[in-house]
Amino acid sequence: MKFKSIVLGTVAALLTTTAAMAEEMKMAVTTSFANSGLADVLLPKVKEDTGIDVQLLIVGTGQALALGAAGDVDAVLVHSKAAEEKWLAEGNGTHRTEIMYNDFIFVGPQADPAKAHDAEKATDALKAIADTQAPFVSRGDDSGTHKMELKLWKAAGIEPAGDWYKAVGQGMGAALNTAAGMDAYIMADRASWLNFANKGDLGIVFEGDPILFNQYAYLPVNPEKHPHVKSELVDQLEAWLLSDTAKELIEGYQIAGQQLFVYNAAR
Amino acid sequence: MNSIGEGLWQAARLVATLNPDLVEITALSLRVSLGATVVASCIGLPLGAWLAVNRFPARRFVIAILNALMGLPPVVVGLIVYVLFSRSGPLGVLGLLFTPTAMVIAQVIIITPIIASVAHQAIRDLWADYHDLLISLQATRLQRIKTLLWDGRRALMTASLAGFGRAIGEVGAIMIVGGNIDHATRVLTTAIALETGKGEFDMALALGFVLIGLAILVNLGLHFISRTERGARW
Amino acid sequence: MSGWVSLSGVTVRRRGRTILGPLDATLNGGGLTILMGPNGAGKTTLLRVLHGLERVNTGDVHWTDPKDADGRSQGFVFQTPVLMRRSVLDCIAYPLLLDGVSRTQAREQARAHAAEVGLTVNLDQAVTFLSGGEKQKMALARALMRRPRILFLDEPCANLDGRSVKEIEEILHRIKAGGTRILMSTHDMGQARRLADDVLFLHAGKLVEQSNGDDFFRSPRTAEAKAYLKGEILL
Repeated sequence: MKFKSIVLGTVAALLTTTAAMAEEMKMAVTTSFANSGLADVLLPKVKEDTGIDVQLLIVGTGQALALGAAGDVDAVLVHSKAAEEKWLAEGNGTHRTEIMYNDFIFVGPQADPAKAHDAEKATDALKAIADTQAPFVSRGDDSGTHKMELKLWKAAGIEPAGDWYKAVGQGMGAALNTAAGMDAYIMADRASWLNFANKGDLGIVFEGDPILFNQYAYLPVNPEKHPHVKSELVDQLEAWLLSDTAKELIEGYQIAGQQLFVYNAAR
Repeated sequence: MNSIGEGLWQAARLVATLNPDLVEITALSLRVSLGATVVASCIGLPLGAWLAVNRFPARRFVIAILNALMGLPPVVVGLIVYVLFSRSGPLGVLGLLFTPTAMVIAQVIIITPIIASVAHQAIRDLWADYHDLLISLQATRLQRIKTLLWDGRRALMTASLAGFGRAIGEVGAIMIVGGNIDHATRVLTTAIALETGKGEFDMALALGFVLIGLAILVNLGLHFISRTERGARW
Repeated sequence: MSGWVSLSGVTVRRRGRTILGPLDATLNGGGLTILMGPNGAGKTTLLRVLHGLERVNTGDVHWTDPKDADGRSQGFVFQTPVLMRRSVLDCIAYPLLLDGVSRTQAREQARAHAAEVGLTVNLDQAVTFLSGGEKQKMALARALMRRPRILFLDEPCANLDGRSVKEIEEILHRIKAGGTRILMSTHDMGQARRLADDVLFLHAGKLVEQSNGDDFFRSPRTAEAKAYLKGEILL
């Protein structure tokens, strides 16, 4: 019967999916890293040099670390030092290798009603925004970017709350869409911003304060806790990330003529 | 903003050039959602029919549960399946998380109640029509169910299609259990979410139009098959 | 007096109301028995009880010949024909399919039965496209498929035009001549006169009068029957 063959065919197709997984490893990365487009440059080269097919799970830092803690990925590439160290202390990973950094910027309406552009330091820019009660969109999703934003508010001595402060609980792109839609200020990583297509009336209003630097680190999941983790591939990938090839690719990666990442791995 | 026109144009271009990425994610969308529909139909259709013709104490309760499950948010299903299949979860050893199989499982959970509910409704109406005749002819319980399933096959196909429609357009659950991994678990809906996140509305819309087109094609295809069948027998 | 089926103390109650009985009756004689009585008299319920479609609350139905008791040796034609979502031919063939007869064979016999009841339409079309009279003929052909010893008909001509009524009556004559007992309810006084060998007259769930056809119409014994025949009890 026709029906029966459809069922059998489907079941067979489902069963064969898991078969061809020889040299694959999973890595959880942050949305900001994925949005930078750097992965599209690095991963084909990784495959070429090592034969490893790195599968990316694009999530927030919070979820990335949770996936690593659960053993659902083999490694994590995130940017939230405090959270990473806590994660390591809990025995979830073996070590932390700093790879590169990029920076955060403040994006806002071109007219810049809060005059954030005139601020000396990032904290001053935030104070100006809070003082004028200009709308500000926060990721509000426990991501690395969100954590960084909260750290800056704290440093500025402000408890952000009120109608003007909108926590959207979404990824960088969705948050940028929201900000573009309501002409609001937002903190974003430079890569996501440059790659973002729906800029609307927004532009960069503040940048360059060292406090805004955003360190990415590579964290292998602890094989003692999760024996199924593909440690060999994880080590190979780490070695590759510390190679000259990686350094050249990362430093040479540009969007709109701008270098996005500064390679600072201790080799 | 001219996004809809741009989206349509881009969709046409992607389809016309048989963009390999598009073909890949479209094929996976079809495989996952059709697979889920077939599995869910195998469970939901007989379950619906069985609920329609049998009287037992907990029947109303089961039907109420089924109807409640129809409204289950996919994200919740995704989370539950994730927790089950996570390496730290009870079924973690199977290593199914972030595979198409896990996506099928999540979608089966989402659409089985829909298929069973619609099937139950259809078979109940048919059973009301047929009841006296089938009792009069002393059809056995099995014969009754077979007759109802066969004569109700077009309504049942509608039930399956309702399930397929929900599955192919679903994003919350498969995002969590599939992970939207490029070349592995990325399907149309998760790709749309990704493109939207990048602010690439034209591309997102283009994929959306491909999704709509795909759903229409599958529906038309099945109706075409059922029509040829009807010509011969009914 | 021994008949082919007897009912003793049969009552049927639904939702706290007695809709049939208490009823004691013995049906004897072959041929065609007409069940008469106003609406709500219990005609349909009695037919359904005899065919086993309706559960009785008290009492027994006793079949003299065990062969008659089997539902498979009885046919039932409902007031509204049950239309399956199939072709005319497959609808008629259905009872034999249940009996495990091959589809080809069942359809072959169905074709013969369709001819027997004068159903001359395209048998491959969906049954829903038939006219009222054709639908009832289909139901009749289907009920005859298992060559029943007893045929129950529940007001089979209720909504039919004169020509269809006449055709159905001719078919019933032929079925009777073939040795099948017929028990049929009707509201149509003329039809009852034309067909009845025996008459059962029900009123308010009780059997009021039982006699042969000629006697019933010429000299009804009970007040209810007299009033009904004069048209004083409205349908």
